[in-house]
Amino acid sequence: MRRPPAASTRGHIRIEDVVKVYDPEGAAVLAVDHCSLEIEPGEICMIVGPSGCGKTTLLNAIAGFHEITSGRIVMDGEVLCSTERPQSTPGPDRIVVFQNGALFPWKSNLENVIFGPVMQGKLARKEAIDKGRAMMSDAGLSGVEHNYPGEVSSGMRRRVEIVRALMNDPKVLLLDEPYRALDSLTKSVMHEALLEIYYKNKVTIFFITHDLEEAIFLGHRVAIMTTRPCKPKKVLNVDIPHPRDYSVLTSKRFRELIEETNDAVHEEALKAFQAGEKEG
Amino acid sequence: MSAIARHLSSRAFWRGVGSIVIFLVLWEIGSRSKQWMAPEFFAPFKDVLGSMGFKKDYLPWIGAVPAPSGVLKSWVAVLGQPGYWQSWYMSFFRVMGGFFAAMLIGIPFGLALAVSRVAHGIGFPVFEVLRPIPPLAWVPASIIFWPTQESAITFITFLGAFYTIVINVLGGARSIDVRYFQAAQSMGSSSWDIFRRVVLPGTLPSIVVGSAVGMGITWEVVVAAEMISGGGSQSAGTGGGLGFFIWNSYVGGSYEQIVVGMISIGIAGFVSSELLRWGGRFVTPWLKVR
Repeated sequence: MRRPPAASTRGHIRIEDVVKVYDPEGAAVLAVDHCSLEIEPGEICMIVGPSGCGKTTLLNAIAGFHEITSGRIVMDGEVLCSTERPQSTPGPDRIVVFQNGALFPWKSNLENVIFGPVMQGKLARKEAIDKGRAMMSDAGLSGVEHNYPGEVSSGMRRRVEIVRALMNDPKVLLLDEPYRALDSLTKSVMHEALLEIYYKNKVTIFFITHDLEEAIFLGHRVAIMTTRPCKPKKVLNVDIPHPRDYSVLTSKRFRELIEETNDAVHEEALKAFQAGEKEG
Repeated sequence: MSAIARHLSSRAFWRGVGSIVIFLVLWEIGSRSKQWMAPEFFAPFKDVLGSMGFKKDYLPWIGAVPAPSGVLKSWVAVLGQPGYWQSWYMSFFRVMGGFFAAMLIGIPFGLALAVSRVAHGIGFPVFEVLRPIPPLAWVPASIIFWPTQESAITFITFLGAFYTIVINVLGGARSIDVRYFQAAQSMGSSSWDIFRRVVLPGTLPSIVVGSAVGMGITWEVVVAAEMISGGGSQSAGTGGGLGFFIWNSYVGGSYEQIVVGMISIGIAGFVSSELLRWGGRFVTPWLKVR
């Protein structure tokens, strides 16, 4: 039972049979193994797996930062990458919000936010500034427009980065553990802020995390991945209706879903840990 | 409270002042020691000191150095001489000439090495072969090569800063986080945009650091070059740079003036570094927030 999550028609992603083999100095490492996953337009799809399981490889393939070995990834009918053309071209329709943030430290927050549209020539500088200010104030970022990213808290930096991404009017937002470095209090505030931004800008979200609670709280669906090689082990439909707020965290259904999936996640974490032990 | 008033009332400031005063007093005492300590004081050590080659009637090292009071007197006297200021001017002129030439050539060269594989392949090997040669080893060759003494000295100061600047620019540009490139590329930047908006600002802090280190080296180099080459075309006394000023004082037996020259170079180096640091803060405003 898959609910069409939002009134969005863009950002439909099909990952078909993708394989990725890393080959540093001949020692072939299978990072992604025949992974298939379909993400509906406007869906928040959470990818859960232990660190280093190969989730980021998938994200990099969609974004166009790395090649795939075989398979293909299709977005809205357009083949992004395939066995024949292993690396897609990065573009403003797929914007990544990085784990440690990639705001340009030498640009003010507002300058960061307007970077995309100005680069692409979609907006004149003045229009971009107006739109950027409006979106920043929507995201609760009024007053820090002219600060450098280094001058604001890490939670604010993440929000600025998400606003910067949305300014490009992307089809999909690719988030790579964006809240990993935040403390749990800031994190819960950030989750609500992200949902709030999402409700205003229905965009497909491909969200990588290793935090099961985060995944179930935010996602329409949660794909639990196996560890190296990475492929979906279990895909969970989160039947808690949106819009959600933090009261969801104490609801019965939320707890049930956690219980339902905790074992699968733990099993993979254990496998990853043991594999790490062996390598170490 | 104003910034200066706060500074003046801070413990750290007075600790610094105290340390300088104590240093000067010890220096003064040491210098005068030969008048009231010797020779009885040193009698027990006479043979030992003598065997080490020291004269036996005053404290080794310090006793031979002119006292700060004498240095100050000599400095006051020298302040009225145009030759002294001429030396300041000449050294500054050479340092700035060499330094700005090094920036002008070194920054684009370093950036080219960083962004272009071809430029790196052609330029880097030659650069690496020449880099270990100390600038002072170039003195004779550059006196032969350059038409004037002046251009030879400036060239040597140029070398002093050039290598440091290039290495810093290259290293700085290469250590820019790949995420910035990926983000810029995703947001539709062309190669030129990426160069202008990511590589250039991303390298600026390293350019500032490289320049600051380079500036220090130019002062080291210019003084030595002036001593070796005889201060350019200037004749003694009319000023041939601060390095030549020191050398000339030594030859002329005016030991107080040697120290005046040394301190002058210290001040000159400090002023140039401060100017540079100020300029650096100005071009990298985002760094002061950390």
